[in-house]
Amino acid sequence: MRLVKGCRVVEDRFVRVLDEAPIPDSVPVLIPAARFLADAAEILAREAPVGVLWPNSRRVAELAPYLDRLALVALVFPTFRDGRAYSQARLLREHYGFRGELRATGDVLRDQFVFMLRAGFDAFEVKKDADADAFAEAARRYSVFYQPTGDGRMPALRARLEQAQPGPVAALAESAR
Amino acid sequence: MYRYDQFDRTLLAERVAEFRGQVARRLSGELTEEEFKPLRLMNGVYLQLHAYMLRISIPYGTLSSQQLRTLAQVARSYDRGYGHFTTRQNIQFNWIKLEQLPDAMALLASAGMHGMQTSGNCTRNVTTDQWAAVAPDEIEDPRVWAEILRQHMTLHPEFSFLPRKFKIALTAASHDRAAVRVHDIGLRLHRNGAGEVGFEVMVGGGLGRTPFIAKTIKPFLPKRDLLSYVEAIVRVYNQFGRRDNIYKARIKILVHELGAEAFAKEVDAEWQTIKDGALALDPAVVADVAAHFSYPRYAELDDNPPELARTRAADRRFAAWLGNSVANHKVPGYAIVTLSLKPEGGPPGDATAEQMETIADLTDRYSFGEIRVGHEQNLALPSVAQRDLPELWRALDNIGVATPNVGLVSDIIACPGLDYCSLANTRSIPVAQEITRRFRDLDLARDLGRLHINISGCINACGHHHVGHIGILGVEKNDQEFFQITIGGQADEHAALGSLIGPAVPYEEVADVVEDLIAAYLELRERPDEIFLDTVKRVGVEPFKERVYATR
Repeated sequence: MRLVKGCRVVEDRFVRVLDEAPIPDSVPVLIPAARFLADAAEILAREAPVGVLWPNSRRVAELAPYLDRLALVALVFPTFRDGRAYSQARLLREHYGFRGELRATGDVLRDQFVFMLRAGFDAFEVKKDADADAFAEAARRYSVFYQPTGDGRMPALRARLEQAQPGPVAALAESAR
Repeated sequence: MYRYDQFDRTLLAERVAEFRGQVARRLSGELTEEEFKPLRLMNGVYLQLHAYMLRISIPYGTLSSQQLRTLAQVARSYDRGYGHFTTRQNIQFNWIKLEQLPDAMALLASAGMHGMQTSGNCTRNVTTDQWAAVAPDEIEDPRVWAEILRQHMTLHPEFSFLPRKFKIALTAASHDRAAVRVHDIGLRLHRNGAGEVGFEVMVGGGLGRTPFIAKTIKPFLPKRDLLSYVEAIVRVYNQFGRRDNIYKARIKILVHELGAEAFAKEVDAEWQTIKDGALALDPAVVADVAAHFSYPRYAELDDNPPELARTRAADRRFAAWLGNSVANHKVPGYAIVTLSLKPEGGPPGDATAEQMETIADLTDRYSFGEIRVGHEQNLALPSVAQRDLPELWRALDNIGVATPNVGLVSDIIACPGLDYCSLANTRSIPVAQEITRRFRDLDLARDLGRLHINISGCINACGHHHVGHIGILGVEKNDQEFFQITIGGQADEHAALGSLIGPAVPYEEVADVVEDLIAAYLELRERPDEIFLDTVKRVGVEPFKERVYATR
């Protein structure tokens, strides 16, 4: 497993804390949801950044009160056919406005990268090394997108209009040239 | 026709390139079959009993002549010279080789076609009325909205790994030819009291193991809200649909378990947060999509031209076909022609490469270069000048697609069954073939009137047996093929599930049972124009049951 951020393989600075283990001081930690919720105030009072590992069977609304103090939310793909975390990711980014690291964990494979990026993930625990190495290439696979998401890419429905009648976006690009 | 532009073509090219890479990774062993499976499924590739099967989407059932020629070419170059039209406006090729798949897909992409999302747990081909834009009973062209949904749902980053497959159908006519009430989402365009056109939104319909008729959760949805509301429905489903049991994973189970009202509440709560965002449909965007559709330039013609009357009077076979396979068009002097892919003794829905090529030529000559595919597994030429009907009929008759049995006893819907499908318990094509032989007498068929027989070779119900006037379901009993018979189902705006008439019967007796049911109907009907379905509704299942089981 490798962690990919910004299209590059990087070191994971978060220490994963299990349910019973003591929480180490002054290092970034990633804590399971139930444990975090049981002790949120105390955990958030620490100096170092806090991340929460959130299962895909729990509403992200429960996490909403803490989001501005979390450095990381890690969502889970138990198998890559289980797509609940895509909805959670979009809700966190687009509805709750979460701006910290949003990490995909579990069964994370090359063929999901574009979907995950579009849903708002910006960090990926990639299962296979070959897939991690191919991340940048896979992320560039598509240049046309049909639907608007929080990633800001212009959907084709809108892009066609812009092309036919340059609106504000196209005009801006024109004047920058 | 909808005209694909650079955006659509670029996306298809990128998709083919991606799939080529996935096949290469599979062939080299980098991907296991387990890992490859969901990837191939999302491109419409199944592994069947004998070979890989490729399912190609025909969005809202509209094909250009050029696209039909391309399908013929795929049939010739990569398959065994024929294709099979399905009940969801798709076509299947049953004998494709894995290593040739990327080339077949590149060929399809050159004509703006693909197998994307014709399988897998994602949103499938958005289907609609095969008579869209030509039917007299329609309020507007539903394909504009189907196309907006098609684009929105294609490679949707949030909804590509749903609990289970997800099917959307639309209708804009008073008579529902798209079976919207047996879809995950059914949409009906209609006019409200204020004269505005919007959607009735139905959810949770479906057949399979646990059949349900969809429930209306929004009687009137303004057009601008179509995408946001559908997004809210699918988002609720993606998060809360069951994933613990494949047989309970469709949205119909979620709607049933929560109750339609509670489900609608969840959807509404989600919808309120997104309805005024980027998904609100700008009228300029809708107009732009509509402008990508081209419509025929109709000539000013009169209904019932003299050529038509002459041939009708002179040729009994032509008259029978005209009465059966030709429907009224919204423009005077034109007609909608259905091409029966249900010849006596043939597998329902199959067309050969030669037939496809001839049909492509004929539509260029007679119907503005467009072909429609309907869920009954027949084709249609949507806009034929009535004066051309005699000539067109001769040409269609020559290639065997003018059997005047449309909507009659031998116009059977059937899944591929055990001849191809790895899920099937029984054969279904030979059952259909035998019934068409028993009812080869077209005068008798016409006298029986409208009668839909639907056959599925297993509980997954791809042959829509629940909504057949006569439904036939294959089940396995002690390694033998048995069939349960239901009567009284229907798929249209009065959608209803059929009732079981009694114990399953063995393979050899299915056609006999159908004959018994029809003999009973002929005795029971009050008037010659009371169709089978109406007799069942009036007298119930019992008299039919007695007739069938009296001697069994």
